[in-house]
Amino acid sequence: MSHTIDIALTVNHIKYERSIEPRMLLSDFLRHELGLTGTHVGCEHGVCGACSVLFDGQPIRSCLMFAVQANGHEILSIEGLGTLDNLHPLQASFMEAHALQCGFCTPGFILTLVPFLEKNPNPNEQEIRQAISGNICRCTGYQNIVEAVKLAAEKMSAAHKE
Amino acid sequence: MNYVGKRIKRNEDPRLLTGQALFVDDVDLPRMLHAAFLRSDYAHARLKSIDISAALQRPGVVAVYTAEIMGEEWKPGPALVSPPPTVENVLFNSRTQVPLVKDKVRYAGEPIAVVIAESRYIAEDAVEDIIVDLEPLEVVADLEKALSPQSVLIHEDLESNLAAQMVQVKGDYAKARQEADLIIKRRIIIDRGAAAAMENRGIVADWDAKSHFLTVWDTTQAPIPIRNGLALRLGLSEHQVRVIAPFLGGGFGPKMMMFYSEEMLIPWIAIKLARPIKWIEDRRENFYATTQERVQIHDAEMALDHDGRILGIKDNFLHDTGAYDPYGLTQSHTMGAYDVANYYSEIKVVFTNKMITTPVRGAGRPQGIYIAERLLDLAAKELGIDPIEIRKRNFIPPDKFPYEHCIIDQAFSPLIFDSGNYQPVLNKAATMIGYDQFVKEEQPRLRAEGHHVGIGIVSFVETTGVGPYEGARITVQANGKISVATGVGTQGQGHFTSFAQIVADQLGVDVQDVQLVTGDTAEFHWGTGTFASRGAVVAGNAIHASAVAVRAKILKLASEVLKAPEEELEIKDGKVQVADIPHLSISLGELATLANPLRGAVEPGTEPGLEATAYFGPKYGATAFGTHAMILEVDTETMMVEIKRYVVVEDCGTILNPMILEGQVHGGVAMGIGNAYYEKLVYDENAQLLNASLADYLIPTATEVPRIVVGHEETPSPLNPLGTKGAGEAGAIPVPALFAQALENALPEYNLEILESPLSPNRLFELLQKKEKSQ
Amino acid sequence: MKPAPFEYFAPTTVDEALARLAEYGYDAKVLAGGQSLIPMMNFRLAQPSVIVDINNIPDLFYIRENEERGLRIGAMARHNKVETDPLVADRAPLISDAMPHIATVQVRSRGTFGGSIAHADPSAELAAVSVALEGSFLLRNQKGERWVPANEFFVGLFTSVLEPDELLIEAKFPALPERTGCALVEVARRPHDFAIVGVAAVVTLDENDRCQRARLVLYSVGEGPVIAHQAAEMLKSKELTPESMRAAANTAANREIDPGSDIHASAEYRRHLADVLSFRALEKAYARARGKG
Repeated sequence: MSHTIDIALTVNHIKYERSIEPRMLLSDFLRHELGLTGTHVGCEHGVCGACSVLFDGQPIRSCLMFAVQANGHEILSIEGLGTLDNLHPLQASFMEAHALQCGFCTPGFILTLVPFLEKNPNPNEQEIRQAISGNICRCTGYQNIVEAVKLAAEKMSAAHKE
Repeated sequence: MNYVGKRIKRNEDPRLLTGQALFVDDVDLPRMLHAAFLRSDYAHARLKSIDISAALQRPGVVAVYTAEIMGEEWKPGPALVSPPPTVENVLFNSRTQVPLVKDKVRYAGEPIAVVIAESRYIAEDAVEDIIVDLEPLEVVADLEKALSPQSVLIHEDLESNLAAQMVQVKGDYAKARQEADLIIKRRIIIDRGAAAAMENRGIVADWDAKSHFLTVWDTTQAPIPIRNGLALRLGLSEHQVRVIAPFLGGGFGPKMMMFYSEEMLIPWIAIKLARPIKWIEDRRENFYATTQERVQIHDAEMALDHDGRILGIKDNFLHDTGAYDPYGLTQSHTMGAYDVANYYSEIKVVFTNKMITTPVRGAGRPQGIYIAERLLDLAAKELGIDPIEIRKRNFIPPDKFPYEHCIIDQAFSPLIFDSGNYQPVLNKAATMIGYDQFVKEEQPRLRAEGHHVGIGIVSFVETTGVGPYEGARITVQANGKISVATGVGTQGQGHFTSFAQIVADQLGVDVQDVQLVTGDTAEFHWGTGTFASRGAVVAGNAIHASAVAVRAKILKLASEVLKAPEEELEIKDGKVQVADIPHLSISLGELATLANPLRGAVEPGTEPGLEATAYFGPKYGATAFGTHAMILEVDTETMMVEIKRYVVVEDCGTILNPMILEGQVHGGVAMGIGNAYYEKLVYDENAQLLNASLADYLIPTATEVPRIVVGHEETPSPLNPLGTKGAGEAGAIPVPALFAQALENALPEYNLEILESPLSPNRLFELLQKKEKSQ
Repeated sequence: MKPAPFEYFAPTTVDEALARLAEYGYDAKVLAGGQSLIPMMNFRLAQPSVIVDINNIPDLFYIRENEERGLRIGAMARHNKVETDPLVADRAPLISDAMPHIATVQVRSRGTFGGSIAHADPSAELAAVSVALEGSFLLRNQKGERWVPANEFFVGLFTSVLEPDELLIEAKFPALPERTGCALVEVARRPHDFAIVGVAAVVTLDENDRCQRARLVLYSVGEGPVIAHQAAEMLKSKELTPESMRAAANTAANREIDPGSDIHASAEYRRHLADVLSFRALEKAYARARGKG
């Protein structure tokens, strides 16, 4: 039963075509088929959030989707968000606020926060904590992540005003 | 001083933030194969037969290994840490883990066979093809029953399931007991859980058959011992093996355990098949295949006078080591931060049919502090003394340092507290949380409104920065940047930055121009690893010593080149210049090039380049101190607990980077909260783990961890030039004791005595029900 | 934790999907949001040999009103759409109340109304809410279709009356009478965890502010949502005082449920929570019915 399915999808604004087994998880597809290893796998049962990416702009757990389901859709992973020379305000804020330690959970947090900040440009502490309650971090205790989000919100609303 | 002590942003962050940092599962090599393990469902069973024929038939499967197939090459792992040499009458039965089960399964999850296939997917399919015949045996799941004479034996060549026994004595507890006005004697049960780092373990091994060289990427906190041990096991020379611990997604202790079954097997298979082999642990496996902490049962006693002064402490306890005990004895004490003249403790380490236990963040101190703080709290209640007051009466006073406890610490050095000044820390914490104001005004007011609010304040000590040693090599490069190599690995502690700060200050460069390599045995191959809150202290001081040596070389050479006395030279902005004469200068890069000429002669005895290697090994560990305070509210209908305020004041000596330090504290407290109210590995009577998933093993998220306010005091350590002490585990240590105190304080009408950890809403319900029925 | 192999179909119409289900029967599993099914497949607790992915059937994605001012939710209406839909907030506020309790943001991006119902998890908020709101579900196969009232749909642990060849098409909810208030209260270890115990309450008042009708549904207390009939009877035509509501809650908790024990909660603790939460849900629903909640 190793039949493959042809899929075509866009990841980080680049179109890809592949033939893959239907059971291949989207997380494995991104990491090993496309070599985009910035999306990390923490649990494969949809609890830790480390594998979160954007699917047509919505945050999803890539370990809970078969890659074939992404046929015809758009994925944004951490590699598509910013570069070393041009960090996204969230990435820059995480660095300023020391919101990452080992960095393993970080891409999942950041991608979850991108649509959150779009919908909530001025969130309070409670709203932020609710928004990230689907992502587990074992290193930071979350406090600096909350600070980073507030900082990013400031940066992004300042940019909008310009 | 430019950088040390400042909140410098981390050098490593941009790569981590953009998905350009290498973790072990990111390693992808041509012709790489994947491993999956068949693990035992039974906790205790005799292995009768294994049939791998169907697995071998499956397309995509390259090999299957069992103990039988390994033949002569099968051997158990090494004992890692021998019993403490300085203590007499230590009983230690060393039994180490095996690569694959040979005759008997001793814990659920123990590996029986490994499949090597073209993908992990296929390997897992093939694992299901294997037919194993296991004859279940009676299971040893309970710590106390394990020691009963009727118990079945886990290691049949031993007389019992006793793995180790050790007594530690200071002074004369029996005498102290006789003189006491009050004895607090209680049975206390403390359970801790899994480290559950976000990254599971993994290993990639690549044997280059043409150059006879083995490269291993491993999620280990101890790459150098792994390299040395692998070379020995595989019959190779150390220089034929390179172990790389790249970026690690958290360690917290269990990644310090060495020669896990997978670490013994995967490199061996890589050589056998001459193809790269990758094994990545999945989350379910992590609960079975990675070490953890579990239960300790304490029969503890504190003898005090009527002023609440501790005369002595006695603690006999059982510790669950699991099926094997490769890690030796890591015993912490239960004297807290107190001036205790008499101490007696007997530890019995017991084998059970569960995974091996090894230290998890805190490593015995959470248990030790729980005992000390609980007994003291109960004494305070009986004597009518305020909890803060009773602690002050017992703290080791500042003039008694260095304070000798006459027993050994968990690293086998003498337990000596190097320096400390405890009262100011406690006072600061009390002030920051508003202790007096809360007790006198807020609490009565809120209680009258029907809120069950409580406050807690506890202190702890932590031996940190223990030996044996670490080393570092620093080199000025031709491009003016500084490269630093050290043996310790990094699992998020910010070494790439805090260590760079030390170097930048000595060598007058920008902190971003200091490039560190950690955890790669090709770069540096002497050292032990990152554990016991020792990275900053031991590796940091080795780096400091090495930087000082390089600075001396720079000045010496620059003095010759610039023809000026060394005293008139200063190093800043990446160049050496004569003070106040800017045009008389030379860049560090140019100097480094001059120090390594391609032609000409050098003075006999000259070392090339601007490079130095230095080592640091402390005489004993530096003792850090801290106080945590917390206000919480309990909904006595639902048993839900909400933390309203949380304060930490810590004293870890000289602070290298306050931002990184605070991050460590936040993370430690979050883990402590997990240990106090959320995390518990639930085993049934057949030693089956019932909650091997993150859905049921509850790690606190952002809605469970409160805002933590951190204050600092700095009592430098006299044991190292930087004056620094460790802080990696501090946040986690006192939290369960704090929770207990605060809960009791929130529910005075129940007059609770909390003698266990962890708690949960369900357990709190049971405790309150029991109290209600008895009243 | 990789899933076992399967054959995969992604039909684009309901008829195509039904044809596949008719062909494969018990061997096939419908893939909706995948937030419950895929973890089970990754653990290999579920190993269907055929997956019928219904994410590409546009006809199943809708939220609309029906002729009697009630609500119709298509099986593939995603949680995050239902969560913010003003029609849902207006016609079935109990559903809107439940949404933030359902797992996490990422799960709600994919999870679907129909998927949650069909999964029949005894801890599922939407199952209890559907029963509380007296909804009904449209089930269709190649032979025809049928409406099943919510309180007849769930028959056991993860078991519903859905046949292997049937697809859940829609959930329908009647308009709520005037002077009706709803509330959902649950206790969970972390906000997005499964409820240890949850209660959904719907209270309709008469012109004298007495209880015309109450409906109390408890979840995570047995094999599926449990309607506390006796408690509801006790409140009929009565004034909703703290005493009467406490008495009803007590009855619901002590006479109408048979909760189990697991590693998170004992049966006694669940019973205790059922009592506490039934009262709180009634209190809140009552306040809302009076326009003060």
